[in-house]
Amino acid sequence: MIEANLPLLVPLTFLIPALLIPLIGIRVPGAAYPLALAAVLVSIPMAVFGLFRVIAGGPVSYTLGGWEAPIGIELVLDPLASFLTLVVTVVSCLVLIHARQVASVEHPDKRVPYYSLVLLLLAGFCGILSTGDLFNLYVFLEISSLAGYGLVAIGDKRAPVSAYRYLILGSVGTGFYLLGIGFIYVMSGSLNMADLARILPHILDQPPVLAGLILTVTGIGVKTALFPLHFWLPDAYSSASSASSALLAPLGTKVGAYILIRVLFFVFDPDEVEQRVPITTIIAWMSAAGILYGSLMALAQQELKRMLAYSSIAQIGYIGLGLGMATPLGFTGAVLHILNHAVMKAALFLVAGNLRVQLGHSNIAAMDQRLSRQMPWSMAAFVVAALSMIGLPPTAGFFSKWYLVLGGIQGSYWVFVAIILLGGLLNTLYFFRVVERVYLPMRRGRSDPAVANEGREIVESGEARLFMLAPTLVLAGLLLALGLASSFLVNRVIHLMIPAGL
Amino acid sequence: MEIEFIAGHNLYWIISLLLLVGLYGMLAKRNLVKKLVGMNIFQTSIILFYIAVASKRNATVPVIDATLGSVDPAHYINPLPHTLMLTAIVVSVATTGVGFALLISIFRRYGTLDEDALLKRMR
Repeated sequence: MIEANLPLLVPLTFLIPALLIPLIGIRVPGAAYPLALAAVLVSIPMAVFGLFRVIAGGPVSYTLGGWEAPIGIELVLDPLASFLTLVVTVVSCLVLIHARQVASVEHPDKRVPYYSLVLLLLAGFCGILSTGDLFNLYVFLEISSLAGYGLVAIGDKRAPVSAYRYLILGSVGTGFYLLGIGFIYVMSGSLNMADLARILPHILDQPPVLAGLILTVTGIGVKTALFPLHFWLPDAYSSASSASSALLAPLGTKVGAYILIRVLFFVFDPDEVEQRVPITTIIAWMSAAGILYGSLMALAQQELKRMLAYSSIAQIGYIGLGLGMATPLGFTGAVLHILNHAVMKAALFLVAGNLRVQLGHSNIAAMDQRLSRQMPWSMAAFVVAALSMIGLPPTAGFFSKWYLVLGGIQGSYWVFVAIILLGGLLNTLYFFRVVERVYLPMRRGRSDPAVANEGREIVESGEARLFMLAPTLVLAGLLLALGLASSFLVNRVIHLMIPAGL
Repeated sequence: MEIEFIAGHNLYWIISLLLLVGLYGMLAKRNLVKKLVGMNIFQTSIILFYIAVASKRNATVPVIDATLGSVDPAHYINPLPHTLMLTAIVVSVATTGVGFALLISIFRRYGTLDEDALLKRMR
């Protein structure tokens, strides 16, 4: 019985505590964190079970209220959805364990709303992943977006301004998505994804269908921060509190990328669409531009979180490039990169959080060799994640880029292969800038004492506490493990996700 | 053809105009409250679009009417877009609420809602 209900159970596990936390938290603020952690811990076994069940026995579908699809709303767990649900639950669990300390240092008066918003965000994400209905997806997208605006607003002094900018641009994105599925619904009469996949090949020559697809992809592009629709991202990630950005940066844009995959590859047939509108080609070129833009901007940043935010734009570029190439290997690389980037960005943002709590700042200019003695483990995790971002074996990042390059060779997109390699070089430059300051002996006149003393008053020295350090190290260890397990993952799990159209 | 194309779709032209007015307000206005007004116009135009495509000539509300004799769908307007838009209206109200909450927080911290003045004070 529990098997058939799995697609609904995971979002509900987050949704119910999300509503309970404000009710209980108003009397007992201390109960918010255990409730949130319990919800995430319960969701992980369900996600694991769901993934094994789907791999062994095919997709699991649940019809809400007993109304059969396509009349009713259907929730479906297929290999892609259940795999990403597991990624979301595991990463969010580690971030949440880490967040307790960060939350009590950075925003002690907003802990209860923080945990409630986190669970709403996760409910939205898991709902997006498991839904089989385009309008239902819009509703979950708005749930996660609204929670995301709230999470960004919990942060430093500038956070509400960044959150407001994110809200305006995010609303343009979701508005375009809604308009796009309106066009598709008017022409096809259905909102169910599986049903649409059957209907759309017959009506693909109608201009409104293609216009709907373009509007949908543009709208999701804003939420995914696909270059050049990324303007909200750097401000939002750098002024949100470390606990919020560590959750939004690895997961938020990845769920957007999932919607792109779902719409472009499962609802529509990419080859058929490509003959009419070169939409995957446009995504590939935009992503390639995004890789170069994000990497160059990251090189210019003086603040670690802002650098990581720009690096996110570049990494979204890799995912978009894999999708845009529309080859099986490129698709594999893109899905693998969604997983790897979620883990490595989480690790990097957790290190940034450790720095903010222990040093009171995360200015690159103020870092020096003392840091490698003061926080050896955090910095070691940073180096592992940085190596993975650069793409050195045996870390996970190497393997997703490897598949992306193979995908480029498979489709003979030589320019994209060159850009992936150039992007790796730029990654090396901007991460080495930090690693050099922390590990290599300092040359004279490099450290600026004015910048170094800029941090907040609450400064603890020494390595981060255990509950902050442990998730950071687990994520760094996961990067090595995922690197070693990547061929297993590709052959046994991602292999099942490749859509029939490719 | 041109006259018919414009006159025959006048509702859609108005909706498109509203959509563009909303987008202009959101992206070009310098006052943050006006951006929010633009967002509402933008969302309303999308809601109107759904309602417009659901309507039919000489059709009634989608409750089975015995005097019409049959359950021919041509006699009833399409109820689904209306129900979808109820949800979209709720979303729009919630987004507006979050937007105003953020605006109050911005105004308390910086004392202005003008984007240029805000950028100066944020430095």
